[in-house]
Amino acid sequence: MSKKIPEIPSASLADIAFMLLIFFLVTTTMDVDSGLERKLPQWVPPEELQDDQQIKERNVFVVLVNRNNELLVENEYESLDNLRERAKEFMANPYDDETLPEKEPQEVQFFGEVMITKGVISLRNDLDTRYGMYIAVQNELVAAINELREELARQEFGKSYGDLDKDQQDAIREVYPSRISEAEPKKVGGS
Amino acid sequence: MSKFRKKGGKELPPISTASLPDIVFMLLFFFMVSTTMREVTFMVEIKLPTATELTKLEKKSLVSYIYVGEPLAQYQRTFGVSSRIQLNDQFANIGDIQDYVIAEREARSEEERPHMKTSLKVDENTKMGIVTDIKQELRKSAALSINYSSRQRVER
Repeated sequence: MSKKIPEIPSASLADIAFMLLIFFLVTTTMDVDSGLERKLPQWVPPEELQDDQQIKERNVFVVLVNRNNELLVENEYESLDNLRERAKEFMANPYDDETLPEKEPQEVQFFGEVMITKGVISLRNDLDTRYGMYIAVQNELVAAINELREELARQEFGKSYGDLDKDQQDAIREVYPSRISEAEPKKVGGS
Repeated sequence: MSKFRKKGGKELPPISTASLPDIVFMLLFFFMVSTTMREVTFMVEIKLPTATELTKLEKKSLVSYIYVGEPLAQYQRTFGVSSRIQLNDQFANIGDIQDYVIAEREARSEEERPHMKTSLKVDENTKMGIVTDIKQELRKSAALSINYSSRQRVER
């Protein structure tokens, strides 16, 4: 060896390492599993199944999706864009319309006695309905209820629904229950 | 040019490799932390539908997955092109779902069982018939919490 090689200073190594680490931490997107959360109804054996005749017609918001992915809402054609508004109107029934669902007074924390809707959204689909369409419809219905809750939260507590504490969220959920029923598959004549 | 030549006269100092292990370890740790292990290999093609009202799936260990979609090209010879169900690493029939749910439940401890969820990863072009059948099977096996897996839609 002709000359001793000077040692490369490694003091900055930590800095470089941290820089890289932070770079990667910021840029990578972890894939988070997310989706529409739903609760299925309890299984009832077919022989015990009764027709739900006790629910009055004005209390049910029937959404049908046919094999061509078209929507039939309360017996009329509807586009997906209007579904959210229709569902909101149904669940809220602000003017106590005769054709929209009945309400029932109920005691709720923070709110006192409020009129709570008895409305149920019933979603039926054909065997050949596209799954994407089905999810889009479900999404609109869930969005309708979420929007109502959000509006109520802003009006009552002046905060977004997500920022409320658990009791307040529960109270709001009681006022606007999420009653979306994915109907029993049954044969509906024709298609 | 002559400017560069002047320096080249000396012997090239070897690069110190003392920091190499640190860098390697750092990368290793990074990948270890960030990768989410996928336990199954997809045998079906899945393009998830889009939605806006999403809920995040927490506690991955409590989630069991059901995949539905068209078989990938290499399986189409044996399994055809129509939508199939995939449980774990194999194609399954509707009748296998109850056994699958029971097996998944057995694998969890007693106190975790009520919080179990089933995530349905279904291709958006699947027909609802197969999904309805799956839902009925899930109801029969009392796995009522489900999550329709979907991607975040970008608002227009």
